Amino acid sequence: MATLKQLSKVPERLAGGHRLCAGCGHGISTRMILNAAEDDNVVVGCATGCLEVATTIYPYTAWNCSFIHNAFENAGATLSGVEAAYRSLKKQGKLKDDFKFVAFGGDGGTYDIGLQSLSGAMERGHNMVYVCLDNGAYMNTGIQRSSATPMGADTTTSPAGKVVPGKQQPRKDLTAIMAAHNIPYAAQASISNWQDVHKKAKKAFDVEGPAFINMLSPCPRGWRYNTPDIVELCKIAVETRFWPIYEVEDGKWILNHKPKKYVPIEEFLKPQGRFRHLFTPGNEHMIKRIQKEIDDRWLALLERCGEPQELPPR
Amino acid sequence: MTSGVGNPCNKNFGQGRRTKAINSDLPWKELTKAGNIYEPGNSNSYETGDWRTLKPVWNEERCIHCLICWRYCPDASIIVTNEKFDSFDYKHCKGCGICANVCPAHAIDMITEEQQPLKKKEAKKDE
Repeated sequence: MATLKQLSKVPERLAGGHRLCAGCGHGISTRMILNAAEDDNVVVGCATGCLEVATTIYPYTAWNCSFIHNAFENAGATLSGVEAAYRSLKKQGKLKDDFKFVAFGGDGGTYDIGLQSLSGAMERGHNMVYVCLDNGAYMNTGIQRSSATPMGADTTTSPAGKVVPGKQQPRKDLTAIMAAHNIPYAAQASISNWQDVHKKAKKAFDVEGPAFINMLSPCPRGWRYNTPDIVELCKIAVETRFWPIYEVEDGKWILNHKPKKYVPIEEFLKPQGRFRHLFTPGNEHMIKRIQKEIDDRWLALLERCGEPQELPPR
Repeated sequence: MTSGVGNPCNKNFGQGRRTKAINSDLPWKELTKAGNIYEPGNSNSYETGDWRTLKPVWNEERCIHCLICWRYCPDASIIVTNEKFDSFDYKHCKGCGICANVCPAHAIDMITEEQQPLKKKEAKKDE
């Protein structure tokens, strides 16, 4: 495992001057992932989303590597095409250098709109990494709900009001869907544990064939938390089991972190303005519902990982 | 490292072609074909430092050079030289305050721009 001192020598691939909001989780996640590629040549593709529009405002680009621009729904398809062209050129001897391929998409471009192209790319077995930066809504267009939005969240298309307290449906479990493609590597990570993110990104780059990483990437605007607390918030997300960190290597599920204590989901909901309405009288049932859903998913995950199926001690 | 030019992953990339700055006098024919940008990392010349309301300042005595601030900066605005904290890139730092929050040695303070003039070393970097 490389130390931060060694990693600080890796060339910076996402330059300053991009126009993501102050304290955006995307900037941190992207820098961490690309840092793990170390000295290799990297080709980046982006699904439309905050990251793409904020980093490639003409005539500027924040990418210090090859970057290909494409639409919302086809990051997987575009990058798999680039990778196929690369393999062909390599075979014909027209290209000497080695390249790594990585696509970034937000949860809108991955969970919803880009799911079919991503699924196709994974199924065809292209040697590429797909990173989903999950901030739980279409933040770029003004915080509309996506299938990654957690239950109970207040968004502009699932507004919390007198009758309906925020989004009614639970989240889609995308990492499990990707693992079900039987790809060599799928993982879920959180920036609160950078060693874990680095290890996973490195594995994803090194593995032969498609790899998928799902990153929790808080959005200060959409989640409405205190901006500097991003790392703490990600840590609470892992401890409350809202965002368990695990990996699926060649079909084997491995749990990377098991919370020692039962931390109730309120700890994760409280710092965020999008869940504020859940703490008003009359909405207690929503918190119970959210907690039950998280506990159920946790037990199912433990079963997949071959761990004893019990909740952490209270 | 933050600079785009001279970055080893950019060798032989788009040499000699420049993307022109857009203003009301620039005819559309002068734009690059398909909106391509040939200078990797040229956003470095775009300043986002004026977004800042709070500014991080470094306390050299307290700093243990663990580089956790560098790891968690979303804007690549912590300049590291020879594995050590060197300075803030105030041209791009948006003042989010994450570095001050993650610092285990409490070596970074967030202050308003008026509270303290720039130190000599930092002032130089800013020019």
